[in-house]
Amino acid sequence: MSAYSPIPKLTRRAALLGAAAVLMLASALPVTAVRAEDTVKLGLVAALSGQSAKSGEAITRGITLAIDKINAEGGVLGKPLELVSRDDESNPGKGLVAARELAQREGVAALIGGLDTPVSLAIVPFANQQKIPFVGPWAAGTPITKNGAEENYVFRVSAVDEYVDEAITEYLVKKYGAKKPGMILINNPWGESNEKGLLKALEKRSMPNAGIEKFESNDVDVVPQLTRLKENGADSLFVVANVAPTAQVVKSLDRMGWDVPISSHWGPAGGRFTELAGASGEKVHFIQTYLFTDASSPMFVKLQEKFPEIKTLADVTPATGIANAYDATLLIAAAIEKAGSTEGPAVRQAMYEISGIEGMIKTYDKPFTPDDQDALGPEDYTFAKFVEGEIIPITD
Amino acid sequence: MTLLMAALITGIGLGSMYGLIALGFQITYSVSSKVNFAQGSMVMLGAVLGFVFCQQYGMPVILGYPLAILCCGVMGVLVEFFLVRPFAVRNSEAWLMATVAGGILLDNAVLFTFGNEPRTLPSVLVEDSWNILGSGVYPQQILIPIAAIGVALGLHALFRHTRQGRALLAVVQNQTAAKLMGINTTVMVTGSFAISSMLAGCAGLLIAPLFSVHSDMGTLFGLKAFAVAILGGMTSAYSVMLAGFIYGMVEAAVTTYLGSSYTFIVVFALVIAVLTIKPSGLFGRAAIKKV
Repeated sequence: MSAYSPIPKLTRRAALLGAAAVLMLASALPVTAVRAEDTVKLGLVAALSGQSAKSGEAITRGITLAIDKINAEGGVLGKPLELVSRDDESNPGKGLVAARELAQREGVAALIGGLDTPVSLAIVPFANQQKIPFVGPWAAGTPITKNGAEENYVFRVSAVDEYVDEAITEYLVKKYGAKKPGMILINNPWGESNEKGLLKALEKRSMPNAGIEKFESNDVDVVPQLTRLKENGADSLFVVANVAPTAQVVKSLDRMGWDVPISSHWGPAGGRFTELAGASGEKVHFIQTYLFTDASSPMFVKLQEKFPEIKTLADVTPATGIANAYDATLLIAAAIEKAGSTEGPAVRQAMYEISGIEGMIKTYDKPFTPDDQDALGPEDYTFAKFVEGEIIPITD
Repeated sequence: MTLLMAALITGIGLGSMYGLIALGFQITYSVSSKVNFAQGSMVMLGAVLGFVFCQQYGMPVILGYPLAILCCGVMGVLVEFFLVRPFAVRNSEAWLMATVAGGILLDNAVLFTFGNEPRTLPSVLVEDSWNILGSGVYPQQILIPIAAIGVALGLHALFRHTRQGRALLAVVQNQTAAKLMGINTTVMVTGSFAISSMLAGCAGLLIAPLFSVHSDMGTLFGLKAFAVAILGGMTSAYSVMLAGFIYGMVEAAVTTYLGSSYTFIVVFALVIAVLTIKPSGLFGRAAIKKV
């Protein structure tokens, strides 16, 4: 063996030095933790990649704008707000791991997020058990907020399936005189949640349905399902699915040459719907909680200043994500300020007491009660459609 | 009648897709008794490259699509070289996991570079639909089975009438004997992986206009195509193509007549049932292992 071994021998001195170094590192850790508490952290868990990435980006933009506004006015509890984001890739398991990491390692005061209902549903029990407020700016599954927990830490500033189903049923009946609508729903918990809601809405009106069909997000051809609905006498359709699957429905309808009124949950708003679905995509009418209709509106100008890549109104789809997340962030910040601490139970209590918060969608006066942890209701929805890549409100 | 036509058209279109991808499994399996489990990702790669070349770089289709298919072929060579051969030479079965991992790697690499939004590969063949017996059909859907059968026939001709093709067949029949006859079996095995990936790329380009282009578009295709390849018995190209058609039609028929909630349950239960009764596939013959 060479006397000049590149690996130093482990002598007692070296071992002692090593141990000392480890100790120093360990003692340095709490220092960084203390430093971290100079800010109040909010944790975001959302799909920042994958098919829903555009919606994730919108949520991030909304939160960023709100945090800038709050920090410009002095922050909360005298400290600036800070956003820590994690990508859940639309995967419930990854979402839960991210939520746990944000709560336990990053020490966030509240969680925002859950773009997909299955991801949100995975985080709900964790949030309630850890007593950490969890505010949803997107996922609309009814059981997310109505989760049956005695102390419910889950709030939402977004559409709720049950209310949406009521709204899209009313829309078909009122606008098209629908008598026997058919359902084409994505085969996941979100689709199921809406199946219940739609059946309830139809039952209320004593209306029959022409069938309930499910499809997978990677289905190329939905013609067999749609043909069944058509043969059963469907005079209109409910669609519940995200951008790409909804586009597959539209393409299949095109191929069948079936021109039928469609009212949809807000899935299509999350991406390049017109590109994917073609011109017929305009026939899909869907709900939104917020729309930018004017490029000179102060919020739009602020967005452009912050994100120079935004050139036209077409670049801010989905506006719903921005507005919901913006308002959700303002509400949490107000609650933390009111509670005077970042302790979960205190913040939760304060959520019921806040009022006079001016958001993008509306002014919130006591938006939450222990019986209704949803800040938005059917009266806050508007119907919209895509025209050449832009989401346009339907006025008539 | 409309229901039946809808089921038939959908079934034939999808079935020929599955057959085309499954053909890739069959080719590498018969040459080297290995398969590329990243086959689904190769479908995606073909479509994504087609989109990048023709939509983003503005190449004409006649140039961009063959180039995309060629790139898939190169990727197939890389898969064989890095993910299969190192394990095969050591008689290890780890190539199985390595190709699965390779597929996941490729999907994610595409996610990072291509982006996360589904895009559309336009085609003039999906602009208007034709009405056939009360059911609409896009010309693209007719092109798929024609292209699939054309490719299968082309491969057949290649095997029977070219020197390289016959050499490949010799390797299929007896690798050791082929080697002794001076055939470079290593090149043949690599070649089979290249052809296999090119078939998948072809399938990707054919299906993309009816679907959307995104990084995880191939996963389910790859899985279904593997089921088709097994059903077809893995031994003959014809039986694999036929199994593809049968699988596609059964799938569409179940969706049409029983409803979509039952599609996966019924179809995969049928696959298991068929394999229980006929372990070597619908048309496969039991392999005789000489001891």
